[in-house]
Amino acid sequence: MRRYVIRRLAQAAGVLWAAYTLSFLVLDYLPGDPVSAMAGAGMDSSAIDPARLEELKGQYGFDKPVLVQYVDYLGSALRGDFGDSVSTGRPVTSVIADALPQTLQLTGAALLLATLLGGGLALVATYTSQRWLRQALLSLPSLGVSIPTFWVGLMIVQLFSFRLRLFPAFGNDGLRGLVLPAVTLAVPTGAMVAQVLAKSLLTALDEPYVQTARAKGAGRARVHLGHALRNASLPALTVIGLLVGQLMANAVVIETVFARNGLGRITAAAVSVQDLPVVQGVVVFGALVFVLVNLVVDLIYPLLDPRVVVAATVRRSPA
Amino acid sequence: MSRSLAAGPAVQAGPEPPSEAMSPAPGPRLGVDVRRLSRFFLRRPGLVLSLIVVTLVVLAAFWPTLFTGRDPLLGVPADNFQPPGARHWFGTDELGRDTYSRVVHGAALSLKATLVAVAVAFVVGGALGLVAGFAGRWVEDVLMRFVDVLLSIPALFLSLALVTALGYGTVKVAVAVGIASVASFARVMRAEVLRVRQAVFVEAARSSGTRWYGVLGRHVLPNAMGPVVVLATLDFGTAVLAVSSLSFLGYGAAPPAPEWGTLVSDGRNYLANAWWLSTLPGLTVAATVLATNRIARALDGEWATQR
Repeated sequence: MRRYVIRRLAQAAGVLWAAYTLSFLVLDYLPGDPVSAMAGAGMDSSAIDPARLEELKGQYGFDKPVLVQYVDYLGSALRGDFGDSVSTGRPVTSVIADALPQTLQLTGAALLLATLLGGGLALVATYTSQRWLRQALLSLPSLGVSIPTFWVGLMIVQLFSFRLRLFPAFGNDGLRGLVLPAVTLAVPTGAMVAQVLAKSLLTALDEPYVQTARAKGAGRARVHLGHALRNASLPALTVIGLLVGQLMANAVVIETVFARNGLGRITAAAVSVQDLPVVQGVVVFGALVFVLVNLVVDLIYPLLDPRVVVAATVRRSPA
Repeated sequence: MSRSLAAGPAVQAGPEPPSEAMSPAPGPRLGVDVRRLSRFFLRRPGLVLSLIVVTLVVLAAFWPTLFTGRDPLLGVPADNFQPPGARHWFGTDELGRDTYSRVVHGAALSLKATLVAVAVAFVVGGALGLVAGFAGRWVEDVLMRFVDVLLSIPALFLSLALVTALGYGTVKVAVAVGIASVASFARVMRAEVLRVRQAVFVEAARSSGTRWYGVLGRHVLPNAMGPVVVLATLDFGTAVLAVSSLSFLGYGAAPPAPEWGTLVSDGRNYLANAWWLSTLPGLTVAATVLATNRIARALDGEWATQR
């Protein structure tokens, strides 16, 4: 078990380093001159003062060789310094830290909703003996993953804010303001959870141990919830871990739709003005969250299914 | 189909011949079985509808004048904010432009972006997977670790980083979306190449002196393509959504040009008084994605398993 944990930690650190390197390459090394984009910041490029350009180049280290730049940046990133935002001049880490609570609220609520609704849908769809109900419920998830989230958000706003006047349409207005964006964000995620859980539940219900449980006289609900669900929840858990990254990314769109302040709004704004340090900070942060969540999922996994550790150790031992 | 051509009898000796012997009229293998085809479609009205939707979208992209004679950019100020009706099917916007003709003309840009995105993902991802699976050893390790890293950055964040670096525009957005889904193509391609590489016909080709590029191009690639093509059709829907999300955020085509995501975001300012402006273009996007996903699902197994 300890070797499993240590190996997973090392893997996570490796992925993060590579994600940083990749984002560095994409943002600082691709065609286009970031410095003149920064100095211009939305203005006509001909109006840039050459002296200001040189100063900026020196400040960001663009006059040094790429490799030196990379090592410098990586060193300060390891110390938690991702540089300063070009448009506001504030440190990237504090920009992210300030916006984070709003986004965490939103994604957390959405994840909870998605798990409850998606899981509930899958349970009901596999439990019911009504054919039409099962068919109808099982066709909902593929609908959920096919409709654009921003459009769902606009439709919900139209109905619940403008027609029924139940919830505020825009802004970070406490719990009431959280409802609509969280529901919108939960739609695609919940649909994925439902798809995976329904599929693995149906597989689990065909297993011999379910037959055994039934033969021993366990009731339908007990077999479904006590025996099948426990085994079927493993793939769903993995998918939820993978979906957290997608939730964070979708928050960019949702926060724009609902005009909420948060990490997503900051990202969208940073992309618009080519604020490279902020974009890089957000990308690396996204990878960090993704890696951490999946690390946690991988560490929970053996608690639910002890075979995982055994398999992982056996596969590695001959090498 | 190409499998039977390249593989020859050695591999086909598996489960294929008995099933063929059982069918009453063993016609030519490559011919289209009309009865099977019609029964397949008759049982799946949703699939037929999906094919119609996709055909309409493709037609609208290449020949928009088939559907509408109106100019998508021409505004008639007196006609602004007309609700949907006989004269304007999808209503009109704040400048009196016909939303239906804007959606029809927008199909070209949106479809182009989607095609570019899928093509980039297919070619780059396929090449990575092919090289990784075929070369093996350290090349495979390096390439697949790179793919793992791509997977660990959420797709939209990766696209946004690329848009920041590349700039705005339909094609640039499309490339950004394509690169973001390179990883899954590389994984599927590598898995297939690894599977095919073990096959007897590859060994036979090697031992009869075929050069490595011959083995790769004539034997491995055609036989590993199938699942990657299915993935490409699945990726189509994802790409439509991603491209429209990015153009909704404002990184797509420059303002006057109609693009589906942009149309939805333009209508956002008039949600309270002109519901149709973002509802109907968004519905078009949703219908297109649903249709392509349905077709992908049919390609991915339904046809093969149907008796």
